[in-house]
Amino acid sequence: MASEHRAADYAWDVGEIDTDEMILNMGPQHPATHGVLRIELRTDGEVVKAARPHIGYLHRCFEKHAENVDYPGVIPYTDRMDYVASMGNSLGYALAVEKLMGIEVSPYVQIIRVIVAELQRIASHCVAVGTYGMDIGAFTPFLHLLRDREKILDLFEWTCGARLLYNYNWVGGVSHDLPEGFPRACRDFLREFDAITFPELMELLIGNKIFVKRTANIGVCPVPLAVSFDLTGPNLRGSGVPRDLRKDAPYCGYQNYDFAVCLGKGDYGPTGSCFDRNLVRAREMAESSKILHQAVEALEKTEKTDVHEKVPKRVKPAAGEIYFRTEAPRGQLGYYIVADGTGVNPYRVKVKSPCFTAMSVFHILARGMMIADIIALIGSLDIVLGEIDR
Amino acid sequence: MEFTYGLLTGLIPGLAGAPSWVLVALGGLIPAFITFNFVGLGPIIYVYAERKISAFMQDRLGPMRVGPYGLLQTIADAIKLLFKEAIFPAGVDKLLFLVAPIIVVTGSFLPFVVIPWGARLQAVDLNVGVFYVSAVSSLATVGLIMAGWASDNKYALFGAMRSAAQIVSYEIPSVMALLTVVMMAGSLSLQDIVRGQAGGLQNWYLFRYFPLMPIAFLTFFTAGLAECNRTPFDIPEAESELVAGFHTEYSGFFFAMFFLAEYTEMFVISSVASVLFLGGFHAPHPSLQAIGALGLGWFWLLLKAWFLIFVMMWLRWTLPRLRVDQLMHVAWKVLLPISFVLVVVVGGLVLKWPAGFPWDRWVGWPITLVLMGFLIVGMIRAISWSRRRTEELLA
Repeated sequence: MASEHRAADYAWDVGEIDTDEMILNMGPQHPATHGVLRIELRTDGEVVKAARPHIGYLHRCFEKHAENVDYPGVIPYTDRMDYVASMGNSLGYALAVEKLMGIEVSPYVQIIRVIVAELQRIASHCVAVGTYGMDIGAFTPFLHLLRDREKILDLFEWTCGARLLYNYNWVGGVSHDLPEGFPRACRDFLREFDAITFPELMELLIGNKIFVKRTANIGVCPVPLAVSFDLTGPNLRGSGVPRDLRKDAPYCGYQNYDFAVCLGKGDYGPTGSCFDRNLVRAREMAESSKILHQAVEALEKTEKTDVHEKVPKRVKPAAGEIYFRTEAPRGQLGYYIVADGTGVNPYRVKVKSPCFTAMSVFHILARGMMIADIIALIGSLDIVLGEIDR
Repeated sequence: MEFTYGLLTGLIPGLAGAPSWVLVALGGLIPAFITFNFVGLGPIIYVYAERKISAFMQDRLGPMRVGPYGLLQTIADAIKLLFKEAIFPAGVDKLLFLVAPIIVVTGSFLPFVVIPWGARLQAVDLNVGVFYVSAVSSLATVGLIMAGWASDNKYALFGAMRSAAQIVSYEIPSVMALLTVVMMAGSLSLQDIVRGQAGGLQNWYLFRYFPLMPIAFLTFFTAGLAECNRTPFDIPEAESELVAGFHTEYSGFFFAMFFLAEYTEMFVISSVASVLFLGGFHAPHPSLQAIGALGLGWFWLLLKAWFLIFVMMWLRWTLPRLRVDQLMHVAWKVLLPISFVLVVVVGGLVLKWPAGFPWDRWVGWPITLVLMGFLIVGMIRAISWSRRRTEELLA
C-alpha cells in the first residue's frame, strides 16, 4: 500500500498536464470543504485524476503560544483546536498535565468529565453526520441533528456559561459543578434523542437508497492503508479495526461503563467506504447515549465532592515529559508535554491531531473519483481545519 | 384569442368597427399581459411556500418577521434583489452574460402560451401544442450553457455542462411519455387532449390502461424534475459541489431572473403534467366544474399544478442528490427503456381499445385513490405519533 504513495500523485507542474485536463481549485472558500481547506484538483471532465490538499489557512501557532502561557492558560487554546468538540480537547490536555503532576481526581469529577465528553461526542457527531448528509444533498437531516446539538449546547451553557469554547476541564478538576437538576435534564434530552432523532436519522438519511448508492462504494480505505497512515477514531473503525482508547487504555473510569465499539461492516459495499465511516459515527451516537445513561445514574449514586478540591494552587510540574492520548470524537488526540521544572510555562506542547492524519490519506483515496465524490470523501473523513492547522 | 375578441367586442361595442390589426394587437396583448403577470408574480408564492414547507419539515418556523407569518418576506427579497448591484466579474463575456438569463426566462415563459386554463381560456390553441411545449422548454439549456461559458468560472462551466447533458438526456423519456398521451388523444393540441379527459375522474389519462399510464405519468414527472433541476436531480447547481453551478457569478437582478426561471419551470412542468394526465381544467366530477356561471377550470388546473409543485418540494427536502453517472444511469437505463416499451404497448392498445381498457372505469382510479388514501393515512398517523411521542416526552 505504501508504494501507492508516489510523489507524482500530489505534485505536478501546470505545464505537465494534458490539454484536456483542468486544474480546479476547490476552496478555501467553498461550501463543502468544512472550513478553510483548499484542494487542488486535476480534473478530466468530471473525473478527478489527482487531488492535492493545501492546509494551513487556519494556523494560529497553538504550540508556540502554549510555550508562553502557564499550564492552565493553555486550556482555552486547546478549546480552539477542534472547535466542534472543545470538551474533548481540554479533557486530553487536563489529563496529560494531571498525569505529569501525579494528581488523581475524585470519582465524582471523573463522572462529570465522562458526561461532558460523551455529550460533546454526540454534539460533534451530530455536526459530522448532519453536514455529511448536506454534502450528499439532503438538507433536512442536518437541521434535525442541529436541533439536538442545540439542546446539548444548552446543557453546556447551563453548566459552565459557554456554548462553544468552554474552558471547562481544568487541571485537577472542572470549572463548575453540574447544576442542580442536570441529571433530569440530561435524561430528558437522551430520551428524545433515542426515541426520535436517532431512529429518524437512520431512516431518513442512512437508510436512503440514494445516500447508500452515493457513498457505499467510494473512498474505500482498506485496513493496511488505514493503519499505515495512522487513521484513528471513527475513520479507523470504519475500516473494521476495533481500536477505541476508551476500551483499550481506559481513562476517567471508562472501564466501568458498558458500551460497544462500533465497526464498519461493509453492509452495502466494501468495508471501509465513506458509508461505513459515516455509519460508525451515527452508531457511536447511540453508544454515547448508552454511556450517558449509565454515567448519569452513577453521578446520582456517587458521593459529591468539591470539583475544585484537587486543583493545584500553582501548576508547576517537576521536570519531565508525558505523552497522553484520549479518544476525542474525531479519533486519538495525543498531547506531548515537556516540563523543564523551572517555570510555570510548559517547555513544549505538541499535539497529535486525528484530523491531520485523516487528511494525509485524502489524496490516495481521492484519486480517480468524480468531483461529487470528493465532497463525499471530505465529509466522511470528518476533518476540522482548526485541529489540522492548530 | 378568440375568447378575448368576443369579450372585447362585447364589452366595448365601438371596437367592432375598428381595424383588424387593433383587434389582433389587443387580443394578443391582453392575454400576454395577464399571463406575464401571473407567471412573474407566481414565484413569490412558490418561494414562500417552499420556505414554509421546508421549515415545517425541518422543525423550524421559516420566515416569520416580515409581515404576518412572514408573508411579505419573498416580496422584500425580490425588491432587494432588484435593487442590488449586478456585478460583472473581470473576464466575463458581457454580451453572453447578459443575454443568458433573458433566454432562460424566455424559455420558461413561452410554454404558457398554450396552457389551457379553460375550454376557451387559453392564449393560443396551437395545433402542435405538445410539440411546442417540449421545444421551447428546452430552450433554457441554451441559456444555461451561455451563462456557464460567459461567467469565465470553472464551477459555472461544470454546472453548464452538467445541465446540458442532463436536460438532453431527460428530454427523451419525457417526450416518449408524452407520446402515449398524444396517441390516446389523437392530437397534439393541448385543448384536444384536455377534451379527451372530460367527464370526471375516471376519464383522466392517468387512470387509463392501468397500470400503464400511471407509469407513463411517473416517467414524465421524474424526467420533468430533472429538466427543471430539482433535487434529486439538481446537479447543475449542486450547492455543496459546484457552489451554485451555472449561476455562481450572477448577482442582483440577473440572479433573480434565474431564480424566477427555475420556479416558473416548476410550474410549467406541473401544469403540463396536469393537463396531460390529470384532466387539465376538468374537475374530478363534472358537477364541480362550475359554481353557477363562474367556471372553475382555472381553479382545478391551479390546484393540480400546485399539488405537483408541493410534491416537488417534498422530494427536494427529503432526498439526497444523485451523482452525475447515476443520473445518466437513471435516464438511459431505467426511464428510457420504460418509456419505449410504453410507447409500443400503448400504441398497440390504442388500436384495439381507443378509450382505454373497458374495465378501466372501475379499476384505475379506485386503486390509485386507495393508494393515495394509504399515503395520507400514513402521513397523518406519523404526524400524530410524533405529536403524541413529544407530549409523552415532555410530560
